[in-house]
Amino acid sequence: MTTEYPKPLPEVTEDSRPFWEGCQRHELLLQQCSRCGYRRYASPLCPQCWSPEHQWVKACGRGVVYTWIVVHQRYHRAFEKDLPYNVTIVELEEGPRLMTNLVGIRNEDIRPGLPVEVAWDDMTKELTLPKFAPAR
Amino acid sequence: MSLKDKYCIVGAATTKFGRVPGVSPLGFTAEAVRLAVEDAGLKKGDIDAVLCKYPPTGFRSLWAHKVSQALGIQPKIAATVDQAGATNIGLVQYAMMAIDAGLITTAVCTYGDNPLSGPPGTYAAPRGSDAAFGLFGAPSGYAMIAQRHMIEYGTTSRQLGAIAVANRAWACKNPNAHMREPMTIEDHQLSRYVAWPLHLLDCCLVSDGGAAVVVTSAARARELRKPPVYIMGIGQHHIAWELPQRPTLTTSGAKISGELAFKMAGITPRDVDVCEIYDCFTITPLVTLEDYGFCAKGEGGPFVEDGKTGPGGSLPMNTSGGLLSESGMAGMQLVVEAVRQLRGECGERQVNGAEIALVSGQGGIMHTHATMVLRR
Ligand SMILES: [Zn+2]
Repeated sequence: MTTEYPKPLPEVTEDSRPFWEGCQRHELLLQQCSRCGYRRYASPLCPQCWSPEHQWVKACGRGVVYTWIVVHQRYHRAFEKDLPYNVTIVELEEGPRLMTNLVGIRNEDIRPGLPVEVAWDDMTKELTLPKFAPAR
Repeated sequence: MSLKDKYCIVGAATTKFGRVPGVSPLGFTAEAVRLAVEDAGLKKGDIDAVLCKYPPTGFRSLWAHKVSQALGIQPKIAATVDQAGATNIGLVQYAMMAIDAGLITTAVCTYGDNPLSGPPGTYAAPRGSDAAFGLFGAPSGYAMIAQRHMIEYGTTSRQLGAIAVANRAWACKNPNAHMREPMTIEDHQLSRYVAWPLHLLDCCLVSDGGAAVVVTSAARARELRKPPVYIMGIGQHHIAWELPQRPTLTTSGAKISGELAFKMAGITPRDVDVCEIYDCFTITPLVTLEDYGFCAKGEGGPFVEDGKTGPGGSLPMNTSGGLLSESGMAGMQLVVEAVRQLRGECGERQVNGAEIALVSGQGGIMHTHATMVLRR
């Protein structure tokens, strides 16, 4: 990661590294349990059936707005110029939900259930964040 | 075998609340313990367990051991527990279990911290990968829940505000409350947004202070200075999921935690005379009241809107002012207030004839929950 990137970096662990490496390739990946098929973001074993076996599968990148907030408080210097900005939970078509930001929409136009699709935001050469935009 | 009515809270105390510079987290904790043990009419030699919630400001491991050292106690059990705002009731439950098992006789359960005058930023820390998207601080997480409650049930900001206004009206009757300026619903609506849809006045205070309670057996309690306060029911539930992964955002651990505590106590919400419901944000007691069954799921907004939780209302709630107006500390003060109400020690804010009190604690972003039913 470059030292100039001023915002907090994602917490990349042994469990979530494939997800974030997928983001670099603009692939939205989910863990799918090899035994029961349960799909989740990143966890060392399946929280449903406890199988440690899983594959990373590509999500279609479409979903809907589940809930969102508009941050007004200055918590972090690097986000100050973005205020007020949205942070949104998107429910993917495959089921899991992701914390993200909506782009290409004014905060006041966000609606529950709004169809959205992934909009890759290359922050640095090493970091791409999966943001979402209204579905075309 | 049920623990119902076998154990009592025999001492309860808080320190001064608000901006109190010059006192460390250890200082607040030790002072609260000293006052609670004195309140019980006990001596330090009577305490054989020291159970602590860790202080988020400058936390280091072995906290309960530092507290024990400061108190000059070498307890049979010293333990530091991490259940965030549910810890306080959790500690009381662990004390009951340890006494019941014959391991100890008398425990002190305590929490103190100085997030206001100590090093800043305790409650604004980044939360894992969510911070990459600009999600910081507890208000943001609770705002996600509030917005989802609004989406599912049409709850309004004014309904959330009714809780803040009622709490402040109670705080105006509490000489130790951090905030005692009267508040109107207009004040709430005009206060700035922290994380829309939550206004500043939807958020708890950040306050310095400490609180402690002493737990012992009912037999021993009856020989002590103050009238015993019996623990009728107690329960916990931890839904644990991070916000995005959580199956629902609008039902909390309060549902099962409350069922366990009410079942053990053998009462229903209708039997509760006074309740101290953890109110880190206005959405929290609203969801908790629904989950406890005071009203149906989704009806929390209309339920609180008429001000029934305020002074003179039909459901006296957070009679000290709660986290929103008395002290932002994470919950032990609510246990103390319930004890004081049942003892009739609350002066101007006393709920007449209070016989059964309900206390809740919850923490994280509704990750944890604990419930306790007390009687005099
Ligand atoms: Zn599985």
